[in-house]
Amino acid sequence: MLATAIHERQPAVARTFATNGCVPYRCRVTERHQENDDTFTVELEPAGARSHAAFAAGQFNMLYVFGLGEIPISISGDPAQPDRLVHTTRAVGTVTRAMATLRRGDMIGVRGPFGSSWPLDDLKGKDIVLVGGGIGLAPLRPALYQLVAQRGDYGRVVLLYGARTPEDMLFRAELERWRSRFDLEIFVTVDRATGDWHGNVGLVTALIPRAPFEPQNAVALICGPEVMMRYAVQALHKRGVGPQQTYLSLERNMKCGTAMCGHCQYGPHFVCRDGPVFRMDQVQRFFGKWEV
Amino acid sequence: MADYEQLDTPSVVLRADLQRLFDSLHARGYETIAPRVENGAIIYDEVTSVDALPAGWTDEQEGGFYRLEGRDDGALFGYTVGPQSWKRYLSPPIRRLWQARKNGDGFEIVHEDAPTPHYALIGVRACELHAIHHLDDVYLGGSTIDADYQQRREAAFIVAVNCGKAGNTCFCASLGTGPAVGPGYDLALTELVTEREHAFVVTVGSERGADVLADVPHRPAAPGEIDLAEAIVAEAARHMGRTLETTGLKELLYRSFEHPHWDEVAERCLTCGNCTMVCPTCFCFTVEDTTDLTGQSAERWRRADSCFTTAFTFITSGSQRASAKARYRQWLTHKLATWQDQFDSLGCVGCGRCITWCPVGIDLTAEVAALRAEEIGQPQPEAVLEMA
Ligand SMILES: Cc1cc2nc3c(=O)[nH]c(=O)nc-3n(C[C@H](O)[C@H](O)[C@H](O)COP(=O)(O)OP(=O)(O)OC[C@H]3O[C@@H](n4cnc5c(N)ncnc54)[C@H](O)[C@@H]3O)c2cc1C
Ligand code: SF4
Ligand code: SF4
Ligand code: FES
Repeated sequence: MLATAIHERQPAVARTFATNGCVPYRCRVTERHQENDDTFTVELEPAGARSHAAFAAGQFNMLYVFGLGEIPISISGDPAQPDRLVHTTRAVGTVTRAMATLRRGDMIGVRGPFGSSWPLDDLKGKDIVLVGGGIGLAPLRPALYQLVAQRGDYGRVVLLYGARTPEDMLFRAELERWRSRFDLEIFVTVDRATGDWHGNVGLVTALIPRAPFEPQNAVALICGPEVMMRYAVQALHKRGVGPQQTYLSLERNMKCGTAMCGHCQYGPHFVCRDGPVFRMDQVQRFFGKWEV
Repeated sequence: MADYEQLDTPSVVLRADLQRLFDSLHARGYETIAPRVENGAIIYDEVTSVDALPAGWTDEQEGGFYRLEGRDDGALFGYTVGPQSWKRYLSPPIRRLWQARKNGDGFEIVHEDAPTPHYALIGVRACELHAIHHLDDVYLGGSTIDADYQQRREAAFIVAVNCGKAGNTCFCASLGTGPAVGPGYDLALTELVTEREHAFVVTVGSERGADVLADVPHRPAAPGEIDLAEAIVAEAARHMGRTLETTGLKELLYRSFEHPHWDEVAERCLTCGNCTMVCPTCFCFTVEDTTDLTGQSAERWRRADSCFTTAFTFITSGSQRASAKARYRQWLTHKLATWQDQFDSLGCVGCGRCITWCPVGIDLTAEVAALRAEEIGQPQPEAVLEMA
């Protein structure tokens, strides 16, 4: 009876936490690109017989650096090419700094993909407004790839991106290429102008009032520092983009990625499983409060 | 395992024959874990002889207070729960998950393949059985399961014990989690100590429970014995030291996020995390990656963790719950409110451990009562949109 009871609780497709839990699979760095002073992009290839699982734009992996630790990092590559696993990381601490020293051929551990995604399939016909701050552009890039590939299915596609300085801009070549397309609107702003920057200076949220989209028919996808996301939500709301039209990607401490370690809890949500992408009305009760 | 239909008539096993239960479990390959006295408290440890059970001991508990005292009837289970819970056997607080070794051009991962321990957990109380089901929800209920937990859990043989005495910090009766044991055991005992006999009324809850009982001398319980067993448990239910009103509890806590009472609790709370360590449903863990001195081999360890540390929520911008207030609020809100949204049940089983083992005697039943008593108007969820 006991064993039956346990089995009844399990869903039909139980993905076993491997034998004894949370074992990564090994990957090799096949490409490495320095984006700016502290941010780099790596492409990873499985070292063994297995292949990368398919992923959806907005999902993340847990990346393990030998002996040092394991951290959540969003997938920044193209969901149509799951075999090319790409991550863009900003070196800020122990694990990310060690990861920054990895070179082509070096090995890294991967678990995932985990979490919810930008629900692009449900947003066809809408104007899509992507709002990214700093490293927050990384989890938005897979959405951009998908929107570009299925461009005809969507209304206007607008990217509002804020970086610290022009030199800090991520994916610069790609943004230039996309900007030259007549069917993508890309607005970049920097906190501090340097060199021959003639573009916008100021917060990314300041771009929202003038951005070309139809508020009633728009959906916003936001990722960046939490304070920036709070202001973005307000600015969008002022233009008439309500909580049910606003998605954001939250960041919390994560140790498992599988809704077991408890670290990522945000109210009733396990951010690793129910997030990181939430529709604003799901988290509205807590978003904007401190120390949730 | 096939469905088991509970036998209608309970059996009686005499105190003098109880050793045969331990012996049968041993013969079947189980390690018998049961209560015993150590350092002035009842703990759960390997016990092979009935004589090592805490015969003639009882406990006195209050907020921040625990003391063993003698009782003169020689009862083997005449106390309530101590500082430990069975989670340490089903989900060990410290365990190595895997090792990795550097090799020529990278590293290889060495899986742990320690044999699954087969534990017979003897003396599992009603609230504790509920707590085990809560751990099942966490570790086995999702799309990803903890295989180590699953193996230990499925192997475990559960001998439950009905409580004949409620503790001063207990409130299972308020939550419907005790003192009578619910489903999920292999065998359940109710201890009878009368002038005529010292015996156990035994109910069988599974086929393997029936197999084990077959090895132990027993006879059908007399109607008087069954009535007495029920009366003892009903009496325990009437003597709960605490109560917790559950009506509207979830909404109360959701509404109380900004309640001034949290500041008041924070003045007392030491954020020591004792409450999370003793709680049978607290499931959080952290993982730690280490290397040896040569840097050639690495290990991943999993350790029980507590939401009372600031590191628990650390991200680049700092700890997300830096204040004591936020950490106590998270703990209590998780137990009583957000757990309901996550797992469709309360995260508390009313065992009272967190009250007894809190060094300053913080009592969640009292904190909830205070939140209720001082309900205040709360800002609406839309507040964020109006912010600055
Ligand atoms: C879902 C998700 C997606 C993310 N995607 C990216 C990404 O694409 N690119 C990127 O550069 N960063 C991303 N981050 C942030 C990244 O995980 C942290 O920068 C990283 O954990 C810092 O680790 P560290 O050891 O270098 O820092 P330290 O400051 O040394 O941190 C020590 C430990 O604290 C924890 N921790 C610290 N900061 C964070 C944090 N911000 N978030 C979660 N845990 C933290 C980790 O366990 C870390 O190992 C993401 C975070 C989340 C939750
Ligand atoms: S919260 Fe306290 S009373 Fe409730 S199950 Fe945990 S330790 Fe027991
Ligand atoms: S409530 Fe009590 S036991 Fe829990 S952290 Fe605070 S002082 Fe420690
Ligand atoms: S990261 Fe462990 S529960 Fe979400």
